[in-house]
Amino acid sequence: MTQLDFQIILPLTILTAWACVLLLVDLLIPKDRKGITAILAAVGLAVTLGFTISQVGTEHIGFNNMVVVDGFSTFVNILLLVSGLLGIALAYGYIKRMGLDRGEYYTLMLFSIVGMMLMAQAEDLIIVFLALELLSIPLYVLAAFARPNLQSEEAGVKYFLLGAFSTGFVVYGTALVYGATGTTSLNGIFTAASNGTPSLLLTIGAALLLVGFGFKVAAVPFHMWTPDVYQGSPTAVTVFMSSGAKIAGFAALLRVFATAFPSISVDITGILWVLAALTMIIGNITAISQSNIKRMLAYSSIAHAGYILMAFVPYGNKAVLPVSIAAGLFYLVSYAVTNFGAWSVVIALEKAEGKGLEISDFAGLAKKYPALAIAMTVFMLSFIGFPPTLGLVGKFYLFRAVIAGGYTGLAIIGVVTSLVSAYYYLRVVVNMYMREGDPTIEREPWLDITTLSTAVLTVALSFVPQWLFLMASTATLRLF
Amino acid sequence: MEFLLQPLTLLTFFPLLGVIVLLFMNSEAKTAIRWVAMVTSLLTFGVSLWVLLQFNASNPDLQLVAKYSWINVAGWNIYYYLAVDGLSILLVLLTAFLTPISLLSTWTAVEDRVKDFMIFFLLLEVGMMGVFLAQDLFMFYVFWEFTLVPMYFLIGLWGGPRRIYAAVKFFLYTMAGSILMLVAILWLGIYGNTFSVPDLIAKGAIPANIQWWLFLAFTAAFAIKVPMWPLHSWLPDAHVEAPTAGSVILAGVLLKMGTYGFLRFNIPLFPEATVKAAPWIALFATIGIIYGAAVSYAQQDVKKLVAYSSVSHLGFVMLGMFALNVQGVSGAILQMINHGISTGALFLLIGMVYEQTHTRDIKVYGGLWKVMPVFGTIMLISSLSSMGLPGLNGFVGEFTILLGAFGSKAIGNPWYAGISAIGVIMAAVYILYMFQKMFLGPAGEITHHHELKDLNWREILTVAPLLILMFWIGLYPAPFFNLIAPAVEKLVSALPL
Repeated sequence: MTQLDFQIILPLTILTAWACVLLLVDLLIPKDRKGITAILAAVGLAVTLGFTISQVGTEHIGFNNMVVVDGFSTFVNILLLVSGLLGIALAYGYIKRMGLDRGEYYTLMLFSIVGMMLMAQAEDLIIVFLALELLSIPLYVLAAFARPNLQSEEAGVKYFLLGAFSTGFVVYGTALVYGATGTTSLNGIFTAASNGTPSLLLTIGAALLLVGFGFKVAAVPFHMWTPDVYQGSPTAVTVFMSSGAKIAGFAALLRVFATAFPSISVDITGILWVLAALTMIIGNITAISQSNIKRMLAYSSIAHAGYILMAFVPYGNKAVLPVSIAAGLFYLVSYAVTNFGAWSVVIALEKAEGKGLEISDFAGLAKKYPALAIAMTVFMLSFIGFPPTLGLVGKFYLFRAVIAGGYTGLAIIGVVTSLVSAYYYLRVVVNMYMREGDPTIEREPWLDITTLSTAVLTVALSFVPQWLFLMASTATLRLF
Repeated sequence: MEFLLQPLTLLTFFPLLGVIVLLFMNSEAKTAIRWVAMVTSLLTFGVSLWVLLQFNASNPDLQLVAKYSWINVAGWNIYYYLAVDGLSILLVLLTAFLTPISLLSTWTAVEDRVKDFMIFFLLLEVGMMGVFLAQDLFMFYVFWEFTLVPMYFLIGLWGGPRRIYAAVKFFLYTMAGSILMLVAILWLGIYGNTFSVPDLIAKGAIPANIQWWLFLAFTAAFAIKVPMWPLHSWLPDAHVEAPTAGSVILAGVLLKMGTYGFLRFNIPLFPEATVKAAPWIALFATIGIIYGAAVSYAQQDVKKLVAYSSVSHLGFVMLGMFALNVQGVSGAILQMINHGISTGALFLLIGMVYEQTHTRDIKVYGGLWKVMPVFGTIMLISSLSSMGLPGLNGFVGEFTILLGAFGSKAIGNPWYAGISAIGVIMAAVYILYMFQKMFLGPAGEITHHHELKDLNWREILTVAPLLILMFWIGLYPAPFFNLIAPAVEKLVSALPL
């Protein structure tokens, strides 16, 4: 291991070490003061964030071309670490209130984040597999964290079974790709595949990998687990899953396909087109009929996966790729910010035993808690893609990239499904403002801070998106 | 920060100052809240007059330009770009003029959540101003969509019994049109490498077959907003359920955003497609004129009657605009203002009597004039103005439009104008029918049983400015035509006719 190798994985090392130490330290922290573990975990993330930020602008590859750091991975890692911090802020009061106050919650989160970050940095299919497992296994446990609550246990088992299934696809895909090219290195696959006609074996392998990632990012038709798992898991876990796992899944998907498989993009682009269209259509239409806010947001997260997938459709086109990557990353940021905000409001309303989670439970919120209702309205508008929110800028950027890539038809599907989505997002607003009710909320300082900061960010960034644009457009992928 | 000092920035965002003040006020201090909103909107009107003073009527180009780079990265050229010209100056003034009048009408009508109401109303004003002043497609789109949000709340929170249905329908219908426009805007942005409308026009003609698709996409957004037949079905619902002030602004300004959109974007950006589409638009406009008038006649709800009359009146606007000659287009612009004034006045008046009786059913009224003579007189003048009686504003607009449409090369068939002229007669029928049932004849159920009070000073003050304008435009429209003429000539002369 050279010094360069070490530099590349420095943030990962720090976070892993921190998580291991925290696992031990947690034993010494008394049961009623697990807040300390949360704070220590947050400090770990913050330190890692500092080191990750120091990597901005560097581009290296190490460990015999297995792990990489580039603008893309750094951008994604920063996003993941901030998501982790927000995830801890949301969990801090929530797990105490729900009686889930066990220290391993935070340790598991840290391990999962290490996996997610490794996903963004993986330059070899073996590393992708390792990272995928590292990110998933803690999440399986977290999903079932509210044991002996049956729903939570069901969520954990369901997520585990389907997750294992999807990992199987990834492994099988890797094996086939290895069979076709004789290597698992992304660069090696690219070189092998571009010399001579691409074999069917390679295409099937790539398609199987796509299935595996499709499960992780909850793209239709691999989305069946999402509503149940999102609904059954403790809400704080759901938030983390719906942001972090999705970001990591997309990061790996993009890197693997853009680096290794541009030669078979003719076949894959068509598949991605169909996946994106189906995901947007089915996600949005199914969301209409949901009465439970967690399920509705689950379908909404499926729908947004479809929007992000749109950015990947022209992945084989080198002229368009930088713009679509930037648009996809920008949209991921806008989705993550909005998503954390919306879920934080859900957490504020949630009661024990899964009460307070129907959309009708939001009735009357505007009269009693106007600030919270305004925040939720901002998030809903942002999800629709309405001014003055970040969601509008994100959609604008994304659709522009899609049209520039020559997929106007897909963009039209995108805007039409946005219209559909307006219907169910507005239903939350209708309930909050136009129906009578008497909701009660939990006031926890960290929760309030998260809601406030994400709401302010959602609005403010829509007026000054320039720097985020710049960051996203300089977050380039290291290509050969 | 220099852009903050531009007159048009001030005009657009001035109401935000009021919003900020309102945010910090106690929501129980209702009178103070009303005054703050009122003063804000009056000052905004003052700013609009200041803008008018600086406006050079003989210049056909964009004036008082505030153009600054906003988002400029990776091939995006989005500008903060506000400017005004002859096409928009009257609409800007109308917006600033109708807002304080609408607010005055809410003085006693809105008692519930006054603070929220005023905040939404002032936000709506920001949105409307932005729509009429923005010269960058991205900026325009932001304002265009943004106006939906406050209006959605105004209908949904202070509306009638079916307000939620009406609010959601309004939102989804309008959004349905604008999303297609979004795709077209993005296409233009990629094609021209800029979102600035004047730059895009200067860039030269877009290939004809693509022009046609873009034209259709923009038309989808604007035709729904106007609303053109057969896309009008959201309008009666929104109007009937909206509170009075909401109806006034909806009819007075929001519908004009659609017609204005055609003027500002469709005609100059897609000239070939515009000429090709003119006969079709004229056909739909004519159907709208006749259909709107006929349906108006059948209404028992007086607010619905006025709402459908808007479909008919805006048909005239569309007909005049797509005559694509100077007369037609200037008539159309003037008629936009006229419709805002007359229909605004009608909605205000209906709101005033509704506040006392809580019914809009024409049948139960009757003999109102005897009990409320002042109200009757004002209503008569507004009705006559709406149906286009010579000497009042409606006549000038409709006459110019018909004149333009008769001789239009683009429409190419005088029959559209001929049939539309029947619409003028039908307007007289439904308006007079309404007036007769409500104000003349024996006292109806409501008139009999209610202790109806005639208009008070505040209410008279609310409609008085509108009455003055009705006579002014009706008797001496020259100053208004002078403001718009150069810009219209420039617009029309650029068309391949």
